Amino acid sequence: MGLITTLSAPSMSLVEVEEGVKVLSPNIVITSMDKLINWGRSSSLWPMTFGLACCAIEMMACYASHNDLDRMGIIPRGSPRQADFMFVAGTVTKKMSEIVRRVYDQMPEPRYVISVGSCANSGGIFNTYSTVQGCDTFLPIDVYIPGCPPRPEAFIDGIIKLQEKIKKEQFRWGRWR
Amino acid sequence: MEDIEKPFETKEMTISMGPQHPATHGVLRLVLNLNGENVVKCTPHVGYLHRGIEKLGENRTYFAALPLTDRLDYISSMNNNVGYVNAVEKLFGIEAPSRAKFIRTMVAELGRISSHIIWLGTHVLDIGATTPFLLAMAEREKILDLFEELCGARLTVSYPRVGGVRNDVSQKFLDQAYEFAMKFDARMDEYETLVTENRIWKERTVDIGIISAEEAVNWGLTGGTLRGSGVDYDVRKYFPYDAYDQVEFEVPVGKKGDCYDRYLVRVGELRQANRILRQCIEKLPEGPVLADAPKFTLPPKDMVLKDMEHLIHQFILITKGPTVPEGEIYVGTEVPKGELGFYFVSDGTGRPYRMRVRAPSFIHASVLPRLCEGGLIADVIANIGTIDIVLGECDR
Amino acid sequence: MEPLQIAEKIKERFPEEALAIREFRGQVSVTVKKDRIRDICRFLHDEPDLFFDYPVDLCGVDYMGMKESRFEVVYHLYSIKHRHALRLKAEVPEKDARIDSVLPVWAGVNWHERECYDMFGISFTGHPDMRRVLLPEDWEGHPLRKDYPVKGPEKEWSGFLDVLERSKKYRRFDWQG
Repeated sequence: MGLITTLSAPSMSLVEVEEGVKVLSPNIVITSMDKLINWGRSSSLWPMTFGLACCAIEMMACYASHNDLDRMGIIPRGSPRQADFMFVAGTVTKKMSEIVRRVYDQMPEPRYVISVGSCANSGGIFNTYSTVQGCDTFLPIDVYIPGCPPRPEAFIDGIIKLQEKIKKEQFRWGRWR
Repeated sequence: MEDIEKPFETKEMTISMGPQHPATHGVLRLVLNLNGENVVKCTPHVGYLHRGIEKLGENRTYFAALPLTDRLDYISSMNNNVGYVNAVEKLFGIEAPSRAKFIRTMVAELGRISSHIIWLGTHVLDIGATTPFLLAMAEREKILDLFEELCGARLTVSYPRVGGVRNDVSQKFLDQAYEFAMKFDARMDEYETLVTENRIWKERTVDIGIISAEEAVNWGLTGGTLRGSGVDYDVRKYFPYDAYDQVEFEVPVGKKGDCYDRYLVRVGELRQANRILRQCIEKLPEGPVLADAPKFTLPPKDMVLKDMEHLIHQFILITKGPTVPEGEIYVGTEVPKGELGFYFVSDGTGRPYRMRVRAPSFIHASVLPRLCEGGLIADVIANIGTIDIVLGECDR
Repeated sequence: MEPLQIAEKIKERFPEEALAIREFRGQVSVTVKKDRIRDICRFLHDEPDLFFDYPVDLCGVDYMGMKESRFEVVYHLYSIKHRHALRLKAEVPEKDARIDSVLPVWAGVNWHERECYDMFGISFTGHPDMRRVLLPEDWEGHPLRKDYPVKGPEKEWSGFLDVLERSKKYRRFDWQG
């Protein structure tokens, strides 16, 4: 990981706890809370299973065999209460916007949103009466993934971008505003 | 003592299922009135994905509305494109060359396999088996790779064109598709071993959601949902389009009209689609892939770059659209979900005056109360899976 | 039976109702008055020679400024037994945008009629559940009318304004503020 430094000199590394049984002495880890917490958060991001339109199919392809997001610690959750972040995958219509917002409101802090695909980013080709022109009008978005729909590789790239963003956060654990 | 002997009072409970629910295949919302575990009333609410495709189509030229059809039924965009171009071709009065017809049939069947296989995976996943889902998604990736080789896109392909197809198929594509087709039947056997005779699967689907043949026709059901009830209505046989009159295939039909029969019908369709695919590759004729109808088809790209007249021609076709005879046309094609129909009213300009999409999922979603009411709440999931709806197409 | 023969048969049975018969690319459409549409549909469904048992589609068309009566309700019918098809069009004027529901004849037109009401504002008398189907129930206007702009009217739908309002209100709880 490179962030956590172990300070244990070789000479004092073994402590005899019983006769003949030697264990490692308690290691000392010096790091900042930010780095430790951000490391933990970014390594097991649980998304909310929430598909809206075409991009949801590519999202399913990400979770399934072949691309397998499990290996990045990403396990889809059915309930917003257990989720860390949300893919807004597909066209958000005005009728749906209220539900998208409610799902977001139900998620516990810290929470992140990835906007997937042209429709969620900007309305895309659907510049009509019933479509929201970009879901950032009512949601705080962390990462935008372009594409119509984005390939699974783009999804993975977007998740890595989110992880990088989380790793740069400071003091997002000490207080509640 | 009296309190205990008094009959236990139950009340009807209303629960809202969706639009955010993993088993509703998108953004369908069902309001269920329950008496214990029995569904007393089921009210579907759709429209959470209504994007105004029909309105948008009326404001674009016939060529520019093609990418919109990709987003109708986004699991099988190829089939929607084929349906759209067939309808527009009939309105224009042109016909695609024979090679283009075979290519379209081939890619449409690939699309059908990819749609049915994702239906198989998700339907089985909803009922509780995870393995077929993972296998099916891996299978689907192969088809998406083929599409990528063909036209560069995985999901929203926009490959067919009015009067033919965009580009000719490469030999590499044909080889890979043939290899896929030769292996596919064995893979289907594998999936069927996991599901078809599985006792849990049969308990969950046999005699669930029965709908008789007369009733299914009266409800306007199509596709596998209708054929599960024993009606052999298949647009590919009844109104052959593209090359379907030149290939051999059977239309599997069910007997009882329950979830299990519909499952068997779709699994049969998967095998038939593979059979058509193989025949198309074997019989693929030589020739051009775009019709020789300069008034309605775009000029070849290399000529546009070299020649002024072709450039002007392309410019006019793209900006103004072709000059179309006045009239109205309805053309239905068989997409994996059922009969997808396009109804155009033309007023002589390059844009359709009215573009109507007859979406099979819309009708299939409307039949949900008929299937679910009187059943158990657990069967609602089986019923949603079995009618195979996609909300993008349902809401348009 | 040939489509033109069917059209003649309708004209024979309902001489005052059938207004025009038109053929285009082998498809025949019969324009009828709206008053006895249910009788005509009942006749088409029950007559053993015709037996239109399968309702393919029902939709509306807005001929604003092109025709005397503004709307048309279009029925696409098909007989699976006899394998013949017909298009039936009923003229609906703007002032009296109402037509009898054919739900007693075919159960499949249920949502199509609701959609027609939703998109064109044509109401179907005798339909048990005449609500909007695609758009929210408090939506104003009928989008597929020709005088409705593609991007929607100036005035935003109140439901979406609520979402925007709420997202503004909740923004102070977000981490970034």
